[in-house]
This record gives sequence, C-alpha cells and structure tokens, in this order.
Amino acid sequence: MRARAKSGQVKSGSQRSQPPEPATVRLSRLLTMVPWLLQRQGVEIDEVALEFGVTPAQVEADLMLLFLCGTPGGYPGDLIEAEWESGRVYLGNADTINRPLRLGVDEALALIVGLRALAAVPGIGERDAVVRALAKLEAATGSVSAGVSRIQVLIDEGTGNQTMALALAQQALSDRRRVHLRYLVPSRDETTERDVDPMRVISFDAHWYLEGWCHRAEDVRLFRLDRIEALAILDEDGTPPATAQPRNLDAGVFTPHAEDQLIRLALRPGAAWVSDYYPTESVEPAQDGGAVITLRTADTAWLRRLMWRLGAQATVLWPAELALEVQQGAREALEAYAAPAGSAEPTSESD
Amino acid sequence: MSTQSNAADKTERLLNLVICLLYTRRPLSKAKIRDAVPQYGSKASDEAFDRMFERDKDELRDLGIPLVTEPFDEFFDDEPGYRIDRREYALPQITFAPDELAVLGLASRAWTQASLAGPAAQALRKLKAAGVERDDSSLIGIVPRVRTVEPSFEAVKNAVLRHTPVSFTYRTAGTAAVATRHVQPWAIAYWHGHWYLTAFDIDRDAPRVFRLGRIEGEVTVEGRPSSYEVPGGHEPREMISTVTVESAPRAAALRVRVGAGHSLRRQATTVTAMAPEVPGDLWSLVAIDFTDTEAFAEEICSFGPDVLVQSPAELRESVIRRLTGALGPVPSGEEARR
Repeated sequence: MRARAKSGQVKSGSQRSQPPEPATVRLSRLLTMVPWLLQRQGVEIDEVALEFGVTPAQVEADLMLLFLCGTPGGYPGDLIEAEWESGRVYLGNADTINRPLRLGVDEALALIVGLRALAAVPGIGERDAVVRALAKLEAATGSVSAGVSRIQVLIDEGTGNQTMALALAQQALSDRRRVHLRYLVPSRDETTERDVDPMRVISFDAHWYLEGWCHRAEDVRLFRLDRIEALAILDEDGTPPATAQPRNLDAGVFTPHAEDQLIRLALRPGAAWVSDYYPTESVEPAQDGGAVITLRTADTAWLRRLMWRLGAQATVLWPAELALEVQQGAREALEAYAAPAGSAEPTSESD
Repeated sequence: MSTQSNAADKTERLLNLVICLLYTRRPLSKAKIRDAVPQYGSKASDEAFDRMFERDKDELRDLGIPLVTEPFDEFFDDEPGYRIDRREYALPQITFAPDELAVLGLASRAWTQASLAGPAAQALRKLKAAGVERDDSSLIGIVPRVRTVEPSFEAVKNAVLRHTPVSFTYRTAGTAAVATRHVQPWAIAYWHGHWYLTAFDIDRDAPRVFRLGRIEGEVTVEGRPSSYEVPGGHEPREMISTVTVESAPRAAALRVRVGAGHSLRRQATTVTAMAPEVPGDLWSLVAIDFTDTEAFAEEICSFGPDVLVQSPAELRESVIRRLTGALGPVPSGEEARR
C-alpha cells in the first residue's frame, strides 16, 4: 500500500510545472475514463490521450491515481487494478464506477442544441439519424434537457443566390463533380473566376461556405456562398487531391502562416471582439476592457478595411506603413466629404 | 510541487469518496465516511474534517453527482447519512447506432473552441463509453459551426436555464448610449452569426431583445433561480426576427468608384454612371436600401475612399465619424498638417 502511494506521489509531483489542474476537472475526466477504458481493454495509451485531449504522461498519471483508489477497506483486493507497462491499458475491479456519470446540463445542452441545428440544415442526408439520436438523447437526459429548448441555433438557408448555391454545392459534393465559380473576394473588392473540387459545405458564423481545392490557388480555399455570383457544375471529376486537408476552423475562417507579417493593434473595448474573431499571436488585455493584440497576415488589404470600419475603436501600432495607409485612406475619404462637391451634395458642410 | 500534489491528493480523496458512497447500500454517517476514505483520516481535528467534507460534498454536487442526505437510521434522525444513488448517478443504458453516433459527433463539433466545446466533447466521450465506435464514412460534408465569442454567453445561458433575473450594462444599437438593464431572461438564440437574448425588461415593463455582443462587462445575478415563469409558447425566433428587421428599409445614395464596391453593387437597386468631374476618375451612383444605419456605415467605411455617402445625412455623419476616428487622435492646438 505505502509503496504504491509513494510511486503515485512521485509521478504526479514530477509533472511539468504548469498550474495544477483543478481536482474536480480531473475527477470528472477519471469518472469518464474508467468506463471508457473498461470497454476498450488493451487500448494504447496514445489513443487514450488523444480521446481525452491530454498528454500520454497525464494518462499515466491518471492511471497511477486510479490505482490508488477503490472501495473502502484499503486492501489490495479493494483497489482498482490498472496495468499499462506494455503501452496498452488494462483496467479491472472498478465495478462501482463502470458507468459514466449522466450528462450534465451543459453537456446535454451542447449535443441537443447541436443536433437540432444539424436537423435544420437544408438537404442534410442524415436527417433520419439525427432524429433518432435526438430522441434517444432527450429520453436519456430527462429533466436535465427541459430548459434546453430555450437555447437555440437558428440555421437558415439564406436567400436567393445563396439557396441556389447551397443546393448546387451539395449536389456537386455528392456527385463528386468539379465546379466553376465566379466569386467575389471582398477583402480585395474584386471578382474572380475559378475551378474548385468541393470538399465540404459548412455553416459557420451565420454564413454557408463551400470548402474545396481551388485550382487557381492550388490550395484549399473557403468560398462564402453569398459571395458566389455564379456556380456551374462541370462535367468533370471533382475529387480533390489526396493531400487536400479541410482547414481547422476553430480559430475562425482565417489561417495565418508563420512567415506572414506581424501586426500589432490597440483595441478599445468596442473592438475587443476582434481578438476573438481573428487568430492572434498574443492578446494583452488593457485596463479599460480593450486589448493590445498581435496577429499575422500575408495580406493587409482586409486589415485596412477592418481599421476603417472600426474607426476610433482601434489603432495600428505596428507596422508604421499600415498605420499610414489607414490614415491616408481615411483622410482621402474625409477630404472628398469636405470638398464642396459640384454635382449632388445634399448637405452643406458646417465648417 | 505542493499545490500539484495537493490537487492530486484531493482528486484521490474525491474519487474514493465517490466510490465509497456509490458502493454503500445504506447511508453512511460522517464518522463512517471518515474511516472509509483514508485521505480524511490524516486530517488532525474534527473541525478540519468537517469543513473539508462540506466542501467536498458541494463540489461533487456541482459536478452533477447526485449525493443525497438521508436519515442515517429511520428511528433516530439526529444524524444524517450520505450516499450516492447509483441509478441517479449513471447515464442510462442507451445504445446508439453507428450513424447516430456519427451525427452526434457532428453535433458536438458544431461548437468551436469557446464555452460549450469542452462539455460537448465530454458528453460524446460518455456516450462512447458504451463501446460503439462511430462511422463517419456515410456522412457527406455538411457541418454547422457555432461560435460563442460573446463574453457574456456563459452567464446569460445559465440565467436562461435557471430562470434567474440578471442585470447588465447594455449598449443600444445605433447609438453610443449605455444603460443598465434589469431583465428576466427567457431564451437565447444564435441567429445570423450573433447570439440574442429574449427577456422581459423589468424597467420598461415589456419584452425586449438584446444582442449578447452589446452587453458590456459583467452580468450580475439579481435574484433567486426559478423566480419567474417564461411565457408558454415563447418563440425566440419570431421575436428576434421581428425586432432585428423592425426598422423599414431606407434608401441611400452612394458614390462608388468604378471597379470597387462589388458587394454594394450586387445589393443595389440601381447603378448609374456619373459624369466624371476629373477625366478618368470614374464613379457610379448606387441606390441601395439599408436597415441598420451603424452596421451599414461600418460596411461603407470598409471601402475607405472608394465609397462615399451622398444621403441620408445620418448615414453620412456616421461614416464621417468613423473615418475621423480611424485618422487617430487629433493633435491638440494647432493643426499638424501645415
């Protein structure tokens, strides 16, 4: 007993010096990990780490801790059995906690609201599976899910063009056909023509996007459906290259590259959302609720446009050229407003 | 080192406590629990144990663990006993077909890294603890993604779920006016990229819609949970869509440089070429409808010097105000330009 306890201490004590994880967070993971492992005897530590979003070292520390716990009595026969020396995990004598804890409010909420949003997606092929999963989940969560109906994600098909583009994009996707797009690039304020092999259709931040391999860019690109001016399905195979990977959208639809230019912005509280919306390198919160952020981008055209839009709510700290471009553009526009324009100025300028 | 091992000790203690209370058929007295969970035994005083046990109980309940207090002995109710009801604790036996688990996976990934992504992933792991592996192969790639970047999301969501009155500082759309609002939250909905709260506004004595992104600072709890009723049949979608498109579309006249302002041209009612004042400097006159002045002013500003507002004056002033702000702080005293 004592020896086991000791090894557990050493192990957890030798973890890297991050702030310790709260005990309840870890407990919650352990209570889910035990039933999961019992169903998967012999699973590799790396797979456990991947599933639970922790390092393999943390999985080992967790197993070490489990190994110290058990039913009252404290004899070896009362303790949870765990073995992982081979890199594969075997767990036993954990019948008391062999079922996962029922879903908490946020857990039930996240899945139920997500499923309902999915059910509302126009033309989704799995609607039947969604309905079945939803019914089972609601039955299993019972009273917990009662208030969940008052949290809603309202997906809509958009209007006109967008509905048409959505239907065509879905068709191209299921038929694996290449498409031709006439597409508006708003950050450059220009219209482009391109051939695309569709990979998926995503609703993100209230917009529908077609993600696909763009033959013009020779890379994966996202196209907002409401900016597609025309979409034609071509009589050509639209299988994207094997190397084409969908982008991780967790940080939004922009993906910066390490070699891109470093930008530093001061945001006042009204523009603080920018730090959530675009992927940042660093965010230093300011006293007033704003922040100083750094981010990377290859193309500063969209940033200029963002800065004009934000007005006094944001300032470019670095690079100086960008700050100057923003000022010049704003000044040019203001001078046009101040000019006693010849044709049709409706309001008189006061000073 | 010490906080690290303290946290590990505490996890060990809580886990043993959970196992012990699930294991017992009869409610256990505090004394029995203290004996059964070795990590309590080492605590010196009774007071220290009492405090620790009270905290542990609360923390387990916060995790959703149904720890119940029952009379320890039905004939003597002076001392309470504790146990965890196993049927209440465990996720009911549900088996999902592979395609159902696949759509559950999609649903869980609808939440990006903010707020609900963690609970979504944890929920999915619990469901997968039943042993079914999911099969994504049948799914065609359609994915809804929802973001909860509004700092007030968590607090407002909890108030909606618990029927708790709250107050917050709110910036009214289209103005810089900021006021404290006292409300009874009814529902929240994600619509056109924003989270909205529908609520009963106590001061205005009427239902109102609030955009979460316009809530500034902390959301303050102003009463007890379950202290009001949400009207039956409340449909957030109807209320939000009515309010957000409430203002009738108004007409604007814009001067748009030729070759620029594509998105505006696409929404235009009419586009007419203007006679050039300077040869080669080509502009169009774009007639376009808009509803939200501030939002439309933002869009116009994003074109910088390529789009100018002719009318209405309110839109024009909003654009000028923003662009003046974008110039940066004006040097005090004499003009810096000359």
